[in-house]
Amino acid sequence: MEWETVIGLETHVELSTRTKMFCPCAVTFGEAPNTRCCPGCTGMPGTLPTVNRTAVEYAARAALALGCTVTAHTRFDRKNYFYPDLPKGYQISQLHLPLGREGGLDIGGKYIRIHELHMEEDAGKLTHGEDGLTRVDYNRCGVPLIEIVTRPDFRTAEEVIAYLEGLREILQYLGVSHCKMQEGSLRCDVNLSVRPAGSGTLGTRTEMKNLGSFKAVAQAIAFESRRQIALLEGGGTVAQETRRWDEEGGVSLPMRAKERTEDYRYFPEPDLPPIRLTKGWLDGLRAAQPELPAQRRARYQREYGLGEYDCRMLTSNRALAEFFEELAALGAPPKQAANWIMGQVLAALHARGMEPEQMPLSPRTLARLIALVEEGRLNRNTAVKVFEAVFDTDGDVDAYVRAHGLEQVGDLTLLTEVVERVVAANPKSAADYRAGKEKALGFLVGQVMGALKGKADPAAVNRLLRERLG
Amino acid sequence: MELRALTALELGTAIRRGEVSIPEVTELALRRAEGAGDNAFITLTGEQAMGRARGLQGRLGEADSPLYGVPMALKDNLCTRGISTTCASRMLEEWTPPYSAAVVEQLADAGAVSIGKTNLDEFAMGGSGETSRFGPARNPWDKSRTAGGSSSGSAAAVAGGNCWFALGSDTGGSVRQPAAHCGLTGVRPTYGSVSRYGLVAYASSLDQVGPLCRDGADCAAVLDVIQRPDRRDATTVKGHYGGLLDGLTDDARGMRLGVPTHWFGEGLDAEVRAAVLSVAEVLKDRGAEVVELPLPMPGWVVAAYYAIACAEASSNLSRYDGVRFGLREEGADSPEERSAAVRAQGFGAEVKRRILLGAYVLEHYDAYYRKALGARESIGGLFREAFARCDALLTPTTPATAPLLGESAQGRMRARLSDVFTIPAALAGLPALSMPCGFDGRGLPIGAQLIGPRFGEQIILNLAHAYQRDTVWHRRRPWGGEV
Repeated sequence: MEWETVIGLETHVELSTRTKMFCPCAVTFGEAPNTRCCPGCTGMPGTLPTVNRTAVEYAARAALALGCTVTAHTRFDRKNYFYPDLPKGYQISQLHLPLGREGGLDIGGKYIRIHELHMEEDAGKLTHGEDGLTRVDYNRCGVPLIEIVTRPDFRTAEEVIAYLEGLREILQYLGVSHCKMQEGSLRCDVNLSVRPAGSGTLGTRTEMKNLGSFKAVAQAIAFESRRQIALLEGGGTVAQETRRWDEEGGVSLPMRAKERTEDYRYFPEPDLPPIRLTKGWLDGLRAAQPELPAQRRARYQREYGLGEYDCRMLTSNRALAEFFEELAALGAPPKQAANWIMGQVLAALHARGMEPEQMPLSPRTLARLIALVEEGRLNRNTAVKVFEAVFDTDGDVDAYVRAHGLEQVGDLTLLTEVVERVVAANPKSAADYRAGKEKALGFLVGQVMGALKGKADPAAVNRLLRERLG
Repeated sequence: MELRALTALELGTAIRRGEVSIPEVTELALRRAEGAGDNAFITLTGEQAMGRARGLQGRLGEADSPLYGVPMALKDNLCTRGISTTCASRMLEEWTPPYSAAVVEQLADAGAVSIGKTNLDEFAMGGSGETSRFGPARNPWDKSRTAGGSSSGSAAAVAGGNCWFALGSDTGGSVRQPAAHCGLTGVRPTYGSVSRYGLVAYASSLDQVGPLCRDGADCAAVLDVIQRPDRRDATTVKGHYGGLLDGLTDDARGMRLGVPTHWFGEGLDAEVRAAVLSVAEVLKDRGAEVVELPLPMPGWVVAAYYAIACAEASSNLSRYDGVRFGLREEGADSPEERSAAVRAQGFGAEVKRRILLGAYVLEHYDAYYRKALGARESIGGLFREAFARCDALLTPTTPATAPLLGESAQGRMRARLSDVFTIPAALAGLPALSMPCGFDGRGLPIGAQLIGPRFGEQIILNLAHAYQRDTVWHRRRPWGGEV
């Protein structure tokens, strides 16, 4: 029997606002436990929530970028349940009037429908200690989240990963979230069921949580799909439950019986009046939206004539893309600019543990460097050395080249002279080359370069030698 | 000068004139509170009060509020930084909040002196003070009777002459009903005009903090201090606040007083009916036009209130789980066990009842909660229609005078139904006031209610002020005589 796996995704994204969703506590990561909380986010008696407007703005921008219809009237609802990481005994979320509805994401050849996008507050974090005690840290409690729920449109793990990468890219581009799974700013729950291929009805689904990386998502999908198929083929039934992904064991384990909506006793949050989003405000957000990755890639191919791989690399990060465009605007040939960024720039950032946003080198400086290479005044190897030297301080390229006498010899007369000398001094290599040994040419090039102390264009030297030797 | 007979404003004037000192009156208040035997207070803050009194006396020249230096009391569901706030519950018996409620800060800025935290029904759930963990406050007019609820202690403290005004909270009548039973003037303000920040929540869409005072003028002075928007409470509304005291007039000419005949039918004590209706006569003499209109309230009004209030309460009280503050139980094997143990021990029977009812209402959202919200909308509509024909409504506050202690428990349904006069204005978010309008054959106070349109506090206060010019009910004191 052929089986089909049907997957829907619930993604929780932490918004990168300065303060929490409903209180003025700072949003941080990695601080000592319970140092970033207040009576409000710890649910003390008499405290009340107040809405973080920036969080609403970030959520609306995300909804618009994901093609959702943003509702003119949105409202918060209480989701009631008891758990030590939920101080008020309810989570302020949205049920009846979520911020965004019916959007989607193109994952290249397939469109994944987004059913809804809503705002809510995060809960605290429980840690189970080796001493048998469980501890609660409320630093995370109240951090603004958006929950993005897809329709069950996925059929493979690859599709899921493509979606997550695309989602992350867009949200990072908008600057509304860091989307780092390792830090918990992007969390993913997988709803999975299986059914006979061609069947129109959905099977019973399970929900998997505790997926800490894209790799874990892929593994969990593979495992759960196999597990359910094996169960059904063996005549059993799939229980509707929440399962925990066990990274070490590579298995999913039952967590708790999945609660129906009624169990949460949802009702409109009486402490927060409904929010009216005016057309003018939304239009303003739309107008201010940066060009998103997909459109940008298409434009790069058109305008700069770059290939798909290059475009993908350049647009993987908004700061990087903007750096590239500035370089091109300053006159650097697009292909050269692309190569430098994908090569030296990314390597330098990586070596320093920096994000593109933190790049000390300016487009102006790199453009100058590229120009010198294009003019033949610097060879590529030397240029790389100059790059390393000026990267951290955004130094003056011309000054450095002058100070270190790095300009390469472009004078054809001088080059020809040196070529003559080297050929005359190495008759055996010359003869080897004429006899067909390519390696001999490399040796001769090296000799010329050495005589010129490396300040020549190897390609030009190569050409001259070939001409001279016939 | 019999100080305890004065109103808060009269005392404030005497203080500013130097006729009496703030430490002197504060000490008097504390002494009386200690010896009153009415269980009005849960906590007396003698040292802080005296220290503050001395400080205020020293800065008397800077006094810029009519309430400067006046000793008052705060209902014990209002958070006071560093001072025990119990909500009359075992759950918070040992709790001290690290912050003060907005209204507490506002009154402190105005120079008032809090002498302590008053008794109430547990978590403000009740109408007689009898669900308090610390036993009920007693009515100063007859100590075998309740002082009403849930702001029982605040009413007893003011009526008994232990302080000159107090803050209570009104969800379905908990300021107005105790005011009626204790011969005081009490106001439930327009919903959204007073910050709920720091008021321990019972029912979020119904709770409002309000004053219990000797007369309408005092209420106006207190409202001038506490009515204002607050960034910390998103349900507060911007508006033109303040100036109620300055705008007070006893001229009722041109005012249309609506008398809803359906509110004076069966179930209303005869003496209460007569006393309340007599208010219309007095105001007519002051120039008001009396308009009779039906304004029948649907039979489900009380049920709709309890559905909404209990639903919100069940959610608001979920935070009491023994993890971060309040009562804690050791020895549990799981968080669920601990929560269950804490809540079983920490809450009294009435609180548990309302939480269970509220959870049930929310579980059947469409059948009960959503319906109740719709019902609430229609009550608002009925009032709007009425206010097209009059400026304020005159109604009874309670069906009868203060019951004996122990009576309410025997007739829980009857007790709930006795909220029928105070609930509608709460559901509609309207300002409403209760003022003394007579005494029954047992010498117990009778209260009359004035309901105004939203932000119509000036209207109802003016009517009260006009009424209180020509009557002396509000000047009677339990210890005898009139003043």
